[in-house]
Amino acid sequence: MTTEILGVIATYGITLLLAWPLSRYIVKVFRGERTWSDFMSPLERLFFKISGINPKEEMDWKQHMKALLTINLVWFVYAFFALFFQDKLPLNPDGNPGQSADLAFNTAISFVVNCNLQHYSGETGVTYFTQLFVLAFLQFVSAATGIAALIVVFKAMKEKTTTKLGNFWDIFLKTITRILLPISIVIALIFVFNGMPASYAGKEAIVSMQGDTVNVSHGPVAGFVAIKHLGTNGGGFFGANSAHPLENPNYVTWMTEMVAQVIIPIAMVFALGMFIQRRKFAMVIFGIMTIGMICLLIPSMQQEMAGNPAIAHMGIQQATGAMEGKEVRFGAAATGYWSTVTTIISTGSVCGWHDSTMPMTGLMQLLGMMLNCLYGGCGVGILNYYIYIIIAVFISGLMVGRTPEFMGHKLEAREVKIAAIITLLSPFLILAGTALSAWVLSHHPDADWAVKPSAWLNNPGYHGFSEMLYEYTSANANNGSGFEGLGDGNIFWNVSTGFVLILGRFLPIIGPVAIAGLMASKKYVPESAGTLRTDSITFGAMTFAVIVILTALSYFPALALGPIAEYFSL
Amino acid sequence: MKKYLLPSIKLTALLVLLLGGLYPLFLAGVAKLAPGKGDGIKVTHNGRVVGYENIAQKFSDDKYFQPRPSTVDYNAAGSGGSNKAAGNPDYLKTVQERIDSFMVHNPDVKKSDIPAELVTASASGLDPHLTPAAAYVQVPRVAKLRNIPADKLKQLIDANTKGPLMGLFGLSTVNVLKLNIALDDLK
Repeated sequence: MTTEILGVIATYGITLLLAWPLSRYIVKVFRGERTWSDFMSPLERLFFKISGINPKEEMDWKQHMKALLTINLVWFVYAFFALFFQDKLPLNPDGNPGQSADLAFNTAISFVVNCNLQHYSGETGVTYFTQLFVLAFLQFVSAATGIAALIVVFKAMKEKTTTKLGNFWDIFLKTITRILLPISIVIALIFVFNGMPASYAGKEAIVSMQGDTVNVSHGPVAGFVAIKHLGTNGGGFFGANSAHPLENPNYVTWMTEMVAQVIIPIAMVFALGMFIQRRKFAMVIFGIMTIGMICLLIPSMQQEMAGNPAIAHMGIQQATGAMEGKEVRFGAAATGYWSTVTTIISTGSVCGWHDSTMPMTGLMQLLGMMLNCLYGGCGVGILNYYIYIIIAVFISGLMVGRTPEFMGHKLEAREVKIAAIITLLSPFLILAGTALSAWVLSHHPDADWAVKPSAWLNNPGYHGFSEMLYEYTSANANNGSGFEGLGDGNIFWNVSTGFVLILGRFLPIIGPVAIAGLMASKKYVPESAGTLRTDSITFGAMTFAVIVILTALSYFPALALGPIAEYFSL
Repeated sequence: MKKYLLPSIKLTALLVLLLGGLYPLFLAGVAKLAPGKGDGIKVTHNGRVVGYENIAQKFSDDKYFQPRPSTVDYNAAGSGGSNKAAGNPDYLKTVQERIDSFMVHNPDVKKSDIPAELVTASASGLDPHLTPAAAYVQVPRVAKLRNIPADKLKQLIDANTKGPLMGLFGLSTVNVLKLNIALDDLK
């Protein structure tokens, strides 16, 4: 018990210790200062030369967004066709079939937007070619997309008055060559020496001790799992994700995966303070995010370690906690910690099934994804938090009766409108999607899809409703975890979540970049005694209140029907 | 948009080669030096490969220690869990059946001594470990069927128990496959 909690505390401590130097390094890279990784610059120059890109050409925010959307579109088209025709492509030792059109649509979108919803199972639904050349590739570039968008906002916040916000290609490529690739290699090497497979061999038949013939899937796992976490992607190589003993063999790999998935989100908050030279501002944000995380973490760990009350009624001791859908080598405390971290940042990998966690833990998971800004995904977490800051500045401005200002620029109707639309988008997508699926389920239970609506839910009652709510929440947050009992491998879920994924990804990227770009082009207003101080703890508390109130107003009814009702009925 | 299309396509092609091609190839090369040579760590017994260290396998015979229940019947080419909710009545029925079946096979054990991990399914369906408690509770059964003193089996479990990482972090685990091999080697 004690060692379980110590393990969690140590893991978080290691994350902070490593995030600090990493953030200094990230700032150096994006300021263009000299770093140890300059040996990569010939490769970068070569890539730019072949691609016909001038990395010195400054872009305004619109050009940034055009470049970002264009390359994302290219990835989607490439991924769709590769998945659709994967049975005809090389590196398919297990002879897996091509994906159906709707599944390929969902999978391609899902990996392009850094979500990794995975309506297939890794052992049978993809080939080594698509795992490596499509999915792992997208795990790198989608994370780099989020970080590149955030760096644009950093630059816009830093400058007094400018429209020149750096070059998208330069920021994007450097994110990969200087940050994601080198760190992924280090992580993958730790994995490899802890027994995680990395070869291209197909599944192997083994005769077990009692004489059964068992096929064991393995493959090039280690590199995939490294970027899966570092890029807050979360898509598993195997169906069981990071609960699979070859995808997460022991406690060392558990700690490594745990640190890897949250280190960039935390480092980016520190980097914000250094980059725009307002450290106190960043530290207050970090404090609020951490308090938010702890509020979700403590009930999750407590509930999982206490065990399932229904099993306690049967007269069974649960010294190890609620063990359904968990692995002995991690235990309940560690799995509870993972479930919180993976939902507040947008990883969505699991080391134990969320569907089988206690109702209160499920509530915390849903809240983590609905907030989606406590550290948050690679780059996008701070972009989401930025929107809340804009709303908080606006409301504070109304309260004191002054034109609101942020970072020396006036905040006007246009920016506030954008922020309001982005804020309303998430509840709209999540609740409309859940309502639609619940309607289909009750009115067309026998619709002729691969999985009939009457067979969608793996659990009856309130929890069944939560399964649908969770799926859209996860899609909108680009998280990718699921209440995986849901029968989502059919055209309804593939298409409906596909659209939620696109809207839930790109509008919350374009919105903050547009606001920051518009603000940066305005006249600089020096701070005066009457300026609202955004780096104060009071303002941090104000932002926290805005986040809590908006989330509660948007989601309380739906949550009451799902996990809260389930909790009181158990 | 047009201005960005060609650079996007070219840059994508280059990055696919770097990240999808060279990166995993490099790791596969280094993995040749690692335990298991990048194929996962295998276990041999009496000169024959009997399984993967980290993949649970079925032991139907009561003479062996049994791993945790698996919803995929220990299918190492199709991992997965039950995804059943805590209060699902069908699921609770399954748990009750596991308890009853355990009591039949282990008549010397009190119900309150059965650890939860033996009546709940693991996440991967391939959990290779037991907690020490879940191994101890099987001792009376194995001892009786094999005519080995219980104390000797307990020592065997202790010898095959891996403590928390550095004695501080995480849980103690017992690898079922290795424990059963040691059990067979006990003469």
